Amino acid sequence: MTADRSRLPPVGDDPAFTFPEIRRRTLASGLRVWTVEHHAVPLVSFLVLLPVGAAADPPERPGLAAITSDMLDEGCGGMTALDLHEALGRIGANLDTDIGADATLLTLSTLSRFADRGVALLADIVIRPRLEQRDFDRVRELRLNRLVQLRDLPPALADRAFAQMLYPGHPYGHTPIGTEGSLRAMALREIGAFHRQTYSPARTTIIAAGDAPHGQLADLAERAFGGWAARPAESGGPKDPATLKLPPPPADRVALVHRAGSAQSELRIGHVGPARSTPDYHALIVLNMVLGGQFVSRINMNLREDKGYTYGARTSFEFRRGAGPFTLSASVQSEATADAIREALSELRAIRGDRPVTPGELETGRAALTRGYPRNFETADQIARAAAQLALYDLPDDYFSTFVPRVRAVDEAAVTRVAAAHIDPAKLLTVVVGDREKVAASLRGLDLGRVAEIAAG
Amino acid sequence: MDIPYSRHTLDNGLDVLVHEDHDCPIVAVNIWYHVGSKNEKPGRTGFAHLFEHLMFEGSQHYDRGYFQPLQEAGASLNGSTNADRTNYWEVVPPNALELALWMESDRMGFLLPALTDHKFENQRDVVLNERRQNYENRPYGFAGMAVVGALYAPDHPYHWLTIGGAQDIQAARLDDVRAFFQTYYRPRNASLALAGDVTTERALAMATEYFGPLDAGEPPPPVEYTAPSPLAAEQRLLLEDRVELPRLYMAWHSPALYAEDDAELDLVADVLAGGKTSRLYRTLVFEERIATEVAASQNSREIGGFFQIVATAAPGRTLAELERAIARELNGLIEQGPNAGEIERCLAQAEAHFVYRLQTIGGFGGKSDQLNAYNTFLGDPGFFDRDLARYRRVMRSDLQRAAARWLRPASRVLLSVIPKGRLALALPDSHPVDVS
Repeated sequence: MTADRSRLPPVGDDPAFTFPEIRRRTLASGLRVWTVEHHAVPLVSFLVLLPVGAAADPPERPGLAAITSDMLDEGCGGMTALDLHEALGRIGANLDTDIGADATLLTLSTLSRFADRGVALLADIVIRPRLEQRDFDRVRELRLNRLVQLRDLPPALADRAFAQMLYPGHPYGHTPIGTEGSLRAMALREIGAFHRQTYSPARTTIIAAGDAPHGQLADLAERAFGGWAARPAESGGPKDPATLKLPPPPADRVALVHRAGSAQSELRIGHVGPARSTPDYHALIVLNMVLGGQFVSRINMNLREDKGYTYGARTSFEFRRGAGPFTLSASVQSEATADAIREALSELRAIRGDRPVTPGELETGRAALTRGYPRNFETADQIARAAAQLALYDLPDDYFSTFVPRVRAVDEAAVTRVAAAHIDPAKLLTVVVGDREKVAASLRGLDLGRVAEIAAG
Repeated sequence: MDIPYSRHTLDNGLDVLVHEDHDCPIVAVNIWYHVGSKNEKPGRTGFAHLFEHLMFEGSQHYDRGYFQPLQEAGASLNGSTNADRTNYWEVVPPNALELALWMESDRMGFLLPALTDHKFENQRDVVLNERRQNYENRPYGFAGMAVVGALYAPDHPYHWLTIGGAQDIQAARLDDVRAFFQTYYRPRNASLALAGDVTTERALAMATEYFGPLDAGEPPPPVEYTAPSPLAAEQRLLLEDRVELPRLYMAWHSPALYAEDDAELDLVADVLAGGKTSRLYRTLVFEERIATEVAASQNSREIGGFFQIVATAAPGRTLAELERAIARELNGLIEQGPNAGEIERCLAQAEAHFVYRLQTIGGFGGKSDQLNAYNTFLGDPGFFDRDLARYRRVMRSDLQRAAARWLRPASRVLLSVIPKGRLALALPDSHPVDVS
């Protein structure tokens, strides 16, 4: 049989897909235990979600939440740090600690036959860290050294300057690692106090996903975490980022972080965007697909495929409990810095109405989000992380089953409306990490006002 | 444990491997071309990777970019080039499998008619940007080039990195693309793996329909090289970079992928620097606090490998201190061998990692990628269980012997990467190396 190359083969109906059932228990302490069965491979993932992240850092202590999460596996229960890692190694477990603005996530994956041992170790890590001085000194020193190294890394410099610029004086205005001054001033007792005040069963959700029946997964988690006592004074603790006020607008719209001899310019363009709770969520993710969320998006096709300014450019709405950033990112040729910014700003303006989304773009954007949807749920780890989104953002139980129809229902008018509502050209801020000698003059030619200079690190 | 598969070789020489997995309604398409930067010549480096970019720019029967129809069908897709092979993959819903095969086969058979100067020049710029972003503008970004440059003679095909030299990339011409395509992008030089929610019968029928009519082509010429002889003496090099903390790279020649001692050295790397209880992490970072990080790896490739230890000095500490501490730990391992606990940990981790590898059907490292790796390098897609067996059978004395055989002080490369202008921070007697 010879293939017909006169046209692309038609793509038939999308396969049916149902997110696996989540079963829920709440223990007397208030701890939520959710389970999801996934029998493809003999593995189990346990995920601990604590809705406390870098935004919970006290204003004078950026980095406290992150270093606290880093200290958890530096010895716990009856084990030193080395004992613990020896025990994790003997069962081939993978431990991952992830801290963002709104949450701390610990994930432990292990072979099903070691699930019991794995979850017991995870409970020691979360509930009973030893928090000893010599471990703290070492961990702090490593973090300080990491800060030193980040001074050489353009993407890290850009992210940090961008957060400062978008969120002056706001809990979202720093990266989780914090600052040198704060880390140096920190005392071990602050870590202990932060752990006591914020790590509590009533705030925590544990998700167990993998190759075991619901009852068994739940019992494993309950046995390990059941002894975690609720504390009487849990009313204090950090403020929910969803209740935060918006930051004031900054004085300057363009900032340059000078890096002598930079081979490229690292760009961030954007402003404060909507929170995860926005009713425009589905329309916004379609908008992002069209604008800069995938290879064939406008921004990437313009800056990479048409102009050849960059290896890749993208946009994202980082949806958080509070108002998260909308960001366009790219690393571009130094000589093309101002041109790339001009093109990017022009694309951000155009999609709001001058050049609204086309039917073809709409279809591509919606399809990219919906037609391949099942591949987001292939592994136990992916499933556990998906379920954690429900817990972190208070999403409804039917969130995954309604996702595809809700995205399909987004039309051109909705995309244009949310673009106009959530992208404001007058508020866009630009950060450039690059060589002043090569870029400063052309930046002034952009007509965006004064170019503020921010010191690296 | 294994990845069950069936293999069918089309008349034109294309191997088609099918693995059924109906857990999730997706199918992985994964194709390996047995060509990489080791098929390049000095002065023409970076070409295999530049070529990979052009494979996404459209082909004769669909010339509006490769991504558009596939992303519209819900696919995720990508490709990559290394020294030994170039791979391309799509993960699609089952209803778009035929589309993905149409697209993959069209660019395998009909790329050249759609190629233009404009596309070529644009992607050459994109690749030069990729190089600036990921190498020139990244701290320690040139270290990898310096290490392989020192380990391998200039005419050895591992002497350069896959990204290639900037001047070589600039010198590439459209005619080179044509010749390269005709030589290497042939069914007989490729392996196609389909994995996921599809029956073997249907997958084979579709693969045959779309790839069967393509010309087999001539077998590509073999890679010519002289096996490197062990370094006659230790080489000490230095590289100035825009970095804050000095970093030491220590590298040796080591066995090729799947060769004798390859798995053993993989485990040696794990004993040395895998996790907090490993010997180097424990000593350098945890106890003595002279390093901020340490890593070890057995980088095994088709015609040779290199073993590498990398450590970054803590502020105020010297690379000489790091070198002494690493040498001491290495000697300890060579003299006494690993202890029983270390072997138990490494084997448990190796086994768990083989299971983790069974979780995804597609993408980089998924089951379809693994089938193609085994088929391309060993001609045996079913090697998964024997691959794991290479690790399971290892004894303490094997690690000791492999470390003693390959990791000798006299045959190592020592590269100091130091902050610009701070030559005194390099190991003594190091010579500046020229990479750019």
